[in-house]
Amino acid sequence: MKSNNRAYFWMTIPALILFFVFHTYPALQGIFYSFTDWRGYGEWSFVGFKNYLNVFQDDRAWHAYIFTFKFAIVSTILVNIFSLMVAVGLNSKIKFQKTLRAVYFLPNILSILIIGYIFNFIFTHFIPDIAENIGLNALSQNILGDPDTAWVGIVIVAVWQAVAFNTILYLAGLVTIQDDLYEAASIDGAGPWKKFWKITFPLIAPFFTINMVLAMKNFLMVFDHIIALTGGGPGQSTESISLLIYRGGFQGGEFAYQSANAVIYFIIILIVSIIQIRILQKREVQA
Amino acid sequence: MGGKKTNWPVTILLIIGSLLVLFPLYLTITIALKTPQEMAGNLLALPETWRWQNFTEAIQLTNFFNAFTNSLIITASVVVLTLLTNSLVAYAIARNMHKRFYKFLFYYFVSAMFIPFPIIMLPIVKQTSNWGMDNLTGLIMLYVVYGLAFNVFIYVGYIKSIPKELEEAAIIDGASRWQVFWRVIFPLLTPMNATVGILTTLWAWNDFMLPLVILSDRDAATLPLVQYIFQSQFSTDYNLAFASYLMALAPMVLVYIFAQKWIISGVMKGSLK
Repeated sequence: MKSNNRAYFWMTIPALILFFVFHTYPALQGIFYSFTDWRGYGEWSFVGFKNYLNVFQDDRAWHAYIFTFKFAIVSTILVNIFSLMVAVGLNSKIKFQKTLRAVYFLPNILSILIIGYIFNFIFTHFIPDIAENIGLNALSQNILGDPDTAWVGIVIVAVWQAVAFNTILYLAGLVTIQDDLYEAASIDGAGPWKKFWKITFPLIAPFFTINMVLAMKNFLMVFDHIIALTGGGPGQSTESISLLIYRGGFQGGEFAYQSANAVIYFIIILIVSIIQIRILQKREVQA
Repeated sequence: MGGKKTNWPVTILLIIGSLLVLFPLYLTITIALKTPQEMAGNLLALPETWRWQNFTEAIQLTNFFNAFTNSLIITASVVVLTLLTNSLVAYAIARNMHKRFYKFLFYYFVSAMFIPFPIIMLPIVKQTSNWGMDNLTGLIMLYVVYGLAFNVFIYVGYIKSIPKELEEAAIIDGASRWQVFWRVIFPLLTPMNATVGILTTLWAWNDFMLPLVILSDRDAATLPLVQYIFQSQFSTDYNLAFASYLMALAPMVLVYIFAQKWIISGVMKGSLK
């Protein structure tokens, strides 16, 4: 028994030490430095909550938070609508089911950064070209070049890519629903809509919860899409929180300040996840 | 499946939708094979002649094979090390969840899933460069360590469902706890290893942010990172750029074409936990 315990102990101790040194310790350091005025080099002293107060008064930070949330909420909703539609479609009696499923999942295996560069070309050259040729003036401008519409381009790429993964999650839920439930409903005279809302949706509600929480959390961390599409621009109109922390922290000499920003960001992500799980679980019970 | 007839309207809608998925790839392949002159014409058209020169130029400019090798080394090492170590840690935790220390370990690793990377990004970059770990080896280690959060979570769930009797028999035969893990448990973990292996491959191969902040030497750059580094040099030579993108995407697409059934079911299993 003793040698057993020792074996178990040594199976976990190296992992515990490494995880602490490379994950927990940097996180604690980040929190520590958020109370200082360190620029990433040179001398520093404690400044209390000054960085935190400054983040709240920083227009650039406010803008990054508003942009990130707008992007994340819109993308989360769209991804869930589209992926649910695709999943229901893939789960019905269709031809080429395997092939179509493989095609719809394809974006999930591709690098977001490279996809972003490809879409960058589509928005900058392809769509305006086509629009000009057919005389559609509304689309003849590059949407990424306009501070008011650039975020839409980022949403499109994010949705295009994320539908793949979420579809698979919904599909995993849909295949567990027995066919005879639908047959019974048909006998009772229920139409397709009624069947979806009364049978399908309540039964895949747990998957809906997971999808909403995961998608939202991932979108709040958006970074690669933005690097490839707009670099945060035009101006700072599409600068996300991750990008702001990256830029300010590495290039702007704002190590301590962006550490405070990162702590706030962490707390917000935690709160959003908890609230989402609470609300959506309540709905599951009712449904 | 039998009985009902094919739902053609849905099939057709899904086929139309799948064109939206495939279109950017079609554009990538055709542009990668066109000449700069052809870019002025119809962008939807197929290339008049296949201009392989775009690829040879892209290979030279971006030092493609170097980046490809880096990505391959990182992904292969991370997958192998992750499978061997993360499963071992999860095994010790799963078999001792009734003890306070191991229960704490479980929640300690798993709760890290909720910690966004930017909060450790600035300090970890300082730390890795101070310790001379701003290279491939350091990057590989970070992936293996960070993977623990999710992998411990799904491995522990799976290991708990494996009956302990199998191990006890081996113990009576004189095997040590380590031997039990490698000879009895690890082979039984194959389905979970496949899932973890696939998810880890996708992560390590496609990740951009960690290589961006950790690697200080250009020669160590991975495939996605190279596309970022050479953006300014591609400038308006889209044929060159797209040839480079296509080569960076191709390895994973090829793997996917042959193993898609596997990959999809692996991801599905991982997400159901």
